[in-house]
Amino acid sequence: MPHLVSIDDVDMRYGGAEGTLAVSGLTMRVGKGDFAAVVGPSGCGKSTLMKLVTGLHIPQKGTVIVAGRQVTQPVSIVGMAFQNPTMLPWRTTLENILLPLEIVERHRHRLRANRREYVGKAEHLLELVGLKGFGAKFPWQLSGGMQQRANLCRALIHEPDLLMLDEPFGALDAFTREELWCVIRDLHAAQGVTIILVTHDLREAAFLADKIFVMSARPGRILREHRVPFERPRELELMYETEFNDLVHQLHGEIASARIAA
Amino acid sequence: MTIVSDTISQDPEAKARPMRINWVRAAPWLYTLGLFLVWELLVIALDTPVTVLPAPSRVFQAVVQYWSAIWKNSLQTLFTTTLGFGLAVGGGLALGLFIGWSKTIYAGLYPLMIGFNAIPKVAVVPILVIWFGIGTIPAVITAFLISFFPIVVNVATGLATIEPETEDVLRALGARKMDIMLKVGIPRSMPYFFGSLKIAITLAFVGSVLSETVAANYGLGNMMSSAQSQFNVPLVFAGLLALAVEGIAMYALMAWIEKRMTGWAHRSTMAN
Repeated sequence: MPHLVSIDDVDMRYGGAEGTLAVSGLTMRVGKGDFAAVVGPSGCGKSTLMKLVTGLHIPQKGTVIVAGRQVTQPVSIVGMAFQNPTMLPWRTTLENILLPLEIVERHRHRLRANRREYVGKAEHLLELVGLKGFGAKFPWQLSGGMQQRANLCRALIHEPDLLMLDEPFGALDAFTREELWCVIRDLHAAQGVTIILVTHDLREAAFLADKIFVMSARPGRILREHRVPFERPRELELMYETEFNDLVHQLHGEIASARIAA
Repeated sequence: MTIVSDTISQDPEAKARPMRINWVRAAPWLYTLGLFLVWELLVIALDTPVTVLPAPSRVFQAVVQYWSAIWKNSLQTLFTTTLGFGLAVGGGLALGLFIGWSKTIYAGLYPLMIGFNAIPKVAVVPILVIWFGIGTIPAVITAFLISFFPIVVNVATGLATIEPETEDVLRALGARKMDIMLKVGIPRSMPYFFGSLKIAITLAFVGSVLSETVAANYGLGNMMSSAQSQFNVPLVFAGLLALAVEGIAMYALMAWIEKRMTGWAHRSTMAN
């Protein structure tokens, strides 16, 4: 299987030659259609990883290759979602979701003429995440969980090959979070999109991902790569099984020792 | 029995409803009326001479007596103020967007602007008179200069406080600086901009009247300064009253525009 993302021996330093080294000797590969999770102690450079893959930062050393091309500028085949949904309050939810289409080069010139088709697509996405009929509402009329669902729609509307999620469920309550895990699981299954999820939540990583990368403390690099053995489709019940808890326990131990090593 | 008790229990409610007064709506008028009443009573009680503090009744008398002069000069002041304010809106919006565009421009121009704003405008008027002569032009320019600053600062602030995540999401899609400005920056700074108009319009009156007082043959400022030199204190107060009315009217207009244009900002903060 060809790799969609390959990162080779990457160093990224902020603020000039004397600045902090955020990641060092970072190497990881994510195959097309994979669901990868990145976990690690806080401040390990997970967000830097996000920015390297999307081309927002260009590394000083090493190469980042996405979809067969070395990243030297922002790659528009990526959708991003952060913990903060950052919906624009002057646009309705539907208009917020359509925003990436006004930016991405291959859609922006088609948008006006094919608006009906794109709106249909957005409504289909809204239905997938359980927000059918909420397109006309403004974001501030939605709850936090609903905003995060809309945020996922926005990240997916331009049919990205790669979805980068930076702790998208961190600010939600436990039940809403589990609901959204299922939404993401189903989106991954239905759309065949490659997902890289950066998270602090080990159960989230183990429940959703095929592969879990454990990062070291700053400067970050990959300590270990786990293959998650559970069959798909997975149900929430999985989280109460022994093997699942063993995996989470093991991840927890690795991160705890990475913290001490720092 | 039941019929009787029904009518009794419903009656007071039915009567009370049309009698109810909306005190919040009535409050501005009642308080203004109250101010004039207290003022009038104070003047009577302290027996103040009319050349020191005329009673409101005397001021209203002056309004009627000098109506044509007050009307003409009010229009002149309104004209210079609105023109200066209009220029400040255009210029302030443009400069605010320019400053908010990049951190370097912001860093370079901001101290200059603060220094410029700190200069008392009354010191600038003589220079304007040397350049343009007395009359309408210095008044317009002073109104412009004084009301310009809050607009620039507010627009620039709106642009400077775009959430970094929003910018990342868009830049990762290949958005150019121009896209981010048009899609996020400018709509986002609009509540700041419309909010600053309320401050700017009242400042514009300060500027134009200041210039008219020092160097003009028309306008409320000029009318008041010549009334003062003739010890016509009721007319001075009538001029102040006219200014207050114009100020409130323009402020209300700006507040209405703000509400119309950026209602989402008010509702979204209420929802959070």
